[in-house]
Amino acid sequence: MIRHVRVLLAAHMRDERRAGEVGLVIIPFGVVALLVIPMAVGIDTPLLDRIGPGLFWTVLVLFGVVVTQRQSATVGDARRDVLTLLGVDPAARFAAAALAATILLVVFAAAIALVTVVLYDPAIAGAAWLALLVPLACAGIAMVGTIAVAVAGGLGSRSSLAPLLAVPIAVPILLAAAQATEGLRAGAGILRWILLLAVVDVVLALAGVLTARPLEES
Amino acid sequence: MSLPVVSLEGVAVRRPGALVLRQVTLHLDPGESLGVFGANGSGKTTLLRVLATLLRPVAGAGTVLGARLGTTEVEVVRPRIGLVGHEPALAPHLTLAENLHLIADLAGIARARADAALVDVGLAGAVDRRVVHCSNGMRRRAEFARIVMRPPDLLLLDEAHLGLDPEAARLVAHVIAGVTARGGAAVVVSHERERVAALISRSVRVHDGVVTGEAA
Repeated sequence: MIRHVRVLLAAHMRDERRAGEVGLVIIPFGVVALLVIPMAVGIDTPLLDRIGPGLFWTVLVLFGVVVTQRQSATVGDARRDVLTLLGVDPAARFAAAALAATILLVVFAAAIALVTVVLYDPAIAGAAWLALLVPLACAGIAMVGTIAVAVAGGLGSRSSLAPLLAVPIAVPILLAAAQATEGLRAGAGILRWILLLAVVDVVLALAGVLTARPLEES
Repeated sequence: MSLPVVSLEGVAVRRPGALVLRQVTLHLDPGESLGVFGANGSGKTTLLRVLATLLRPVAGAGTVLGARLGTTEVEVVRPRIGLVGHEPALAPHLTLAENLHLIADLAGIARARADAALVDVGLAGAVDRRVVHCSNGMRRRAEFARIVMRPPDLLLLDEAHLGLDPEAARLVAHVIAGVTARGGAAVVVSHERERVAALISRSVRVHDGVVTGEAA
């Protein structure tokens, strides 16, 4: 199974490098979303400083769900059938898709973090924690999105329904990540939020692996 | 006497709202190539997906390559089934060689066999071409390279002759002959009997989810 995950993950990443869907479309669009908000609220530096981190996480969740949906476009029913006949476990496919989405989300997060710092200039103490916080949140969003794709696929409406399924489930991740960032701004400890996100990730990983086959067969 | 490659008895398949296959009884012996004909929406592709063990019957019983449908036994025989559907199963932004290498890596076989298969199907000059830049015919040939690379015991073709030039059509005939000569079996689904008549040893017709017997 690990070999299958590794091979499929490499194929996902190569496919994305060639297609450039995240790099050329979703990242610029996420940057634009962060750019237009200061235009809408005006150059109110204290306000932008206050809302910047929250907007960062909101954009990450909303656009992150879109990143996870790209796999449903690239892995069609015919390819899924071939993988099934090759004996590739649906859990391996879930793991590879979720890992690929996590990597792409971390890249997306790095790009919009840079824009957030430049435009919103948020004062965050202990920013090193972000190196732990962001990947944990990205992994959670990636797994929620990947599970949503599988659920929506079973309902026969993969592309349209999956974001609607994923975003509400991703809200707790958004809240935990935003609270952790607020904690950093206030100079408070955020270990409990980190642990909460880690537990959520473990639960989502187990849910994704255990439901992969039943969802496929449904 | 050898076991049948396929044996279905009274199989039914339900899709949301309706039975799309009803009381299907079908046997396929080693060395046979079966044509499955019928109008669009008659249930041909659903029947093929049952034979591929990708759909679980809601009624009846059956075996494919000795594995009972609807049980975990099918997981063992799935790698012995080759399926070419009417939609390409290729990653669009990977090259033809990368697609075949991906299959080889997942199947645990040498990439050299993938390279050789691409040569066998006449794609030697296009191995580094991305699928999005390939014609439909080239994509079809690549699908058959997947089959040539890893010859199945049960070959399932769904409108597989679409978009093929005469040379590629001969390749399909060669692939089917190879499978049946080794004691396997092939099922060729089509709504155009004339196109595949030369590829099959007998045929059935599907009408409104019912296999009505030998086609006229």
